Amino acid sequence: MAQPGTLELESSAAAPLAPTLGGTAGPRSAGQTITLAVENMTCGGCMRKVEKALLEVPGVASARANLSARRATVVFEEALPGAAPLVDALGRIGFKAAELAPDALDSGQHAGRQLLSRLAVAGFAAANIMLLSVSVWSGSSNADDPVHALFHWLSAVIALPTIAYAGQPFFSSAWQALKRRRLNMDVPISLAILLSATMSLYQTIKGTDQVYFDASVTLLFFLLIGRYLDQRVRVRARGAAENLLGLKAQWAHVIASDGSVERLPSRLVEPGMRIAVAAGERIPADGVIVQGSTAIDESLITGETAPRDIAANDLVYAGSVNLGGPVEMEARAAEADTLLAQIARLMETAEQARGRYVRLADRAARFYAPMVHTLAAASFIGWMMAGAGWEASLTIAIAVLIITCPCALALAVPAVQVAASARLFDRGILLKAADGLERLAETDVAVFDKTGTLTAGIPSLANGAAIDSEALSAAAVLAAASRHPYAQAVAQAASARFGSIPSASGVDEVSGFGLRRVTATGEERLGSAAWCGIDATRAASASLWFVRPGKEPVAFHFEDKLRDDAAETVDTLRRAHFGVSLCSGDRRDAVAAAAKAVHIEEWQAGMKPHEKIERLEALKAQGRRVLMIGDGLNDAPALAAAHASVSPSTAADISQTASDAVFQGAKLMPVVELLATARRTRKMSFQNFAVAFGYNLVFVPLAMAGFVTPLVAAIAMSTSSILVTLNAIRLRTAKLELTA
Amino acid sequence: MTSLAWLIPAALFLGGLGLAGFIWALKSGQFEDLEGAAYRALEDDPPEDADKK
Repeated sequence: MAQPGTLELESSAAAPLAPTLGGTAGPRSAGQTITLAVENMTCGGCMRKVEKALLEVPGVASARANLSARRATVVFEEALPGAAPLVDALGRIGFKAAELAPDALDSGQHAGRQLLSRLAVAGFAAANIMLLSVSVWSGSSNADDPVHALFHWLSAVIALPTIAYAGQPFFSSAWQALKRRRLNMDVPISLAILLSATMSLYQTIKGTDQVYFDASVTLLFFLLIGRYLDQRVRVRARGAAENLLGLKAQWAHVIASDGSVERLPSRLVEPGMRIAVAAGERIPADGVIVQGSTAIDESLITGETAPRDIAANDLVYAGSVNLGGPVEMEARAAEADTLLAQIARLMETAEQARGRYVRLADRAARFYAPMVHTLAAASFIGWMMAGAGWEASLTIAIAVLIITCPCALALAVPAVQVAASARLFDRGILLKAADGLERLAETDVAVFDKTGTLTAGIPSLANGAAIDSEALSAAAVLAAASRHPYAQAVAQAASARFGSIPSASGVDEVSGFGLRRVTATGEERLGSAAWCGIDATRAASASLWFVRPGKEPVAFHFEDKLRDDAAETVDTLRRAHFGVSLCSGDRRDAVAAAAKAVHIEEWQAGMKPHEKIERLEALKAQGRRVLMIGDGLNDAPALAAAHASVSPSTAADISQTASDAVFQGAKLMPVVELLATARRTRKMSFQNFAVAFGYNLVFVPLAMAGFVTPLVAAIAMSTSSILVTLNAIRLRTAKLELTA
Repeated sequence: MTSLAWLIPAALFLGGLGLAGFIWALKSGQFEDLEGAAYRALEDDPPEDADKK
C-alpha cells in the first residue's frame, strides 16, 4: 500500500558511522526510563523473574516486562549510572539483555495506536449505520416515509465525523501523491469515499433513497483493517530487528582521565574517549590504537579472514575482533578518507536509486485510477445524452465510482503481505522493508558474500582430525577457561568429540599470549608460538600451539567453516534457475576453495566495496535483477544498491539496516524460504487482483446501467473484500518450494 | 414509533460507551503486550505495588 514512503528510509548509513549519537554518558537523573531488550524471555514465569530482578536493583522505581516485544521498561527513582547494573542483574538470572537506543523506540507504536483507534471509530460507525440501513432496506419502500429521512439523517450524523477522522491516513497519503503529481491507490479510495459522502448528504437533504453512507463507512473500515494489520506486522518485525541489533551491541571499557575504568554501551562512546580492549573482545568503536600492538580479525569489515597486525596509530574499525593482547584505543569520528566514510558515500548514492521503486499496488493504481474516472465520466455523459437529467446522471456516475472503488484491490496486496510477513516471522526471518517482498520476488541472480554469509563467520578447528584425542582433551581443559575465539574453537571441537570437557582449576590466562596450567608432570601451555617457545622456523605455520612436558608440540589450524547447508542452498537456487555468484573481499585461494565447495562457478576475490557495486551494475546492465546476500561492512553499499538484499543477524549494524530482510540462526536455507515466500506472495497478489477485477467486470456494467442500489453496493463490496482476505490467509500455512 | 425517539439514542449511547471504553483501554496501554497479559492473569501472588502504574 502506498505509505508516504518515509517509513523505511531511516537513517541507515549515518547512525553507526558516527559514534557521537545523542544520549547522555553520565549518571541518569531521577525519573528516567530505560528500555531493555531481553533475549530469552519467552514465558510468563520468565517475565516475572525479569521484573523481580530489575526491581531489586537499587534505585529502580518500577519495572515492567513486555512479553510480546521481548522488552522491559525500567523507571528510576533516583540517579543511576547507566544501564549496566540492570543488565548485570538480568545476566545473573540467565537473561541476556541490552539497553535499546532511545531513538529505536516508539517508532511505530504511536502510529499503530492511532490507526487502531481510527479503526475502532470506523467499526462503531459502520455497525450502527448498517443497522439503520438494514431497517431502511427491509422497511417500507416509500422514500417519502419520514422514518427514512430520520434514519438517513442519523446515518449522516454518524458517518461524516467518522469519515473526517478515520479517513485521514488515506486522504493525507493521496494528497502527498497528488502533490508529487503521482497516482497511488489512495487517490481513487479517497475520491470514492469523499464523493459518496458528499452525494449521500445531498440526497439526504433532498429526501431520496440514494444514500451510500453505509457503503463508504464500511469501505473505510475494511481498508483500515488491512492497513492496521500491515502496519502491525511491520512494527513487530522491526522491533525484533532492533532487539537483535541492541543485543549484539558491545560494552566499551572507557578509561577516564583519572585512570578509572567505566563500562558503557558502545553506542554512547564519543570521539576522544580512551577505550581498553581485552584479548578476544570486539572493538566497540572506530578509532586509532594508542597503546599496545595486537592482531585483529577484520572479517566483518573487509571479508578478509587472515588476521592483520596492528600497532600504535593504526586505524581500527568497530566490529573487528582483538585476537592478540590487550590494547588501548582512542575513539575517532569518521574522517573523510577512511574506509567508513567511503562506504557511507557509496551507500548514499545506492539508496537514492532504490527510492525510485514503484510498488505493485501503485503500479496497478496508475492505470486503474484513470480508467475508473473515465468510466464514471462516460456514464455521466452517456446518461445526460440519453436525457436522464444531470442529477440522475450524476447519481449513476457516483455509483460507478463507489462500486469501482478498489476495496478488494486495495486489500489485494496488503492482505497477502501481512500473511507472508507473519509466516516469515515465525520462521525467524525478519522482513523490514515494506516493499521488500515485491523486490525479492523479481530477483533472478543471487550474489553471495563469503565470510560470515556462506561461512559461519567464526573460526573453527581445521585440523581436528589430525590431532589425537588425548592431546585435544588436554588442550581443551585450558582452552575452556578463555574467551579468545581460537580457544573457544578448540573447546568446541573437544566438546563435539567427547561430549563434555573436564573442568580444571589453576588455569591462568596471560592476556595476549595464552594460557598455562601446572600439572603433576610440569607446566602445560596453550597459546601463541612465542608463548609456547616454538622456534621461529615453525612458528608461522600455525596460529595456536599446545606444549606439554615430554610431548611433541601440537599445532592448531583454524578456518572459517562453511555453513552446513551452504551447498544445498546454492543447489536449490540453481535448480530454480537463479544465477549464483560469489563476490568476496577475501584472498583468492580462500574464495576459490569456498566457491568450489558450494558449487559456485562464478566468483571474484579481493573485491573492494565499490568493485562489488560495479559488479552489481554490470549484472543490472545485462537486465538481471540482483539479490545480494552479505554481512560485512564492506557489503553494505552493495546491499543497498542491489534490487533486494538479505543479511544474517550476525551482520554488521550498517549492513543489517541496509537489508530488506534479516535471517536468524546458523542455516542459510532461510534465504530460499524467503524467496519462495516472496514469489508466492506475488502470485497470490495477482490472484487477488484477478478477483477484484472480476468483481468489477460484473458490477461496473450494472452500475453504469443504473441498477446498483445502496444495498447491492454494500453486499458486493464486502464479499469481494472477504474473498481476497481469505485467499491471503492460505499463505500462512502453505507448503512452499522454490521453482523456476 | 415514539419508542424510536429514545431507543435509537439509547442504542447509540451504549455503543458509544463501548467505543469510549476501547479507546480508553488503548490509550492506557492495555494492548501493548497481549501475550504477557495472558500470563499475568495466571500469577497467583500479585506483583509488588511498584509494578502498578
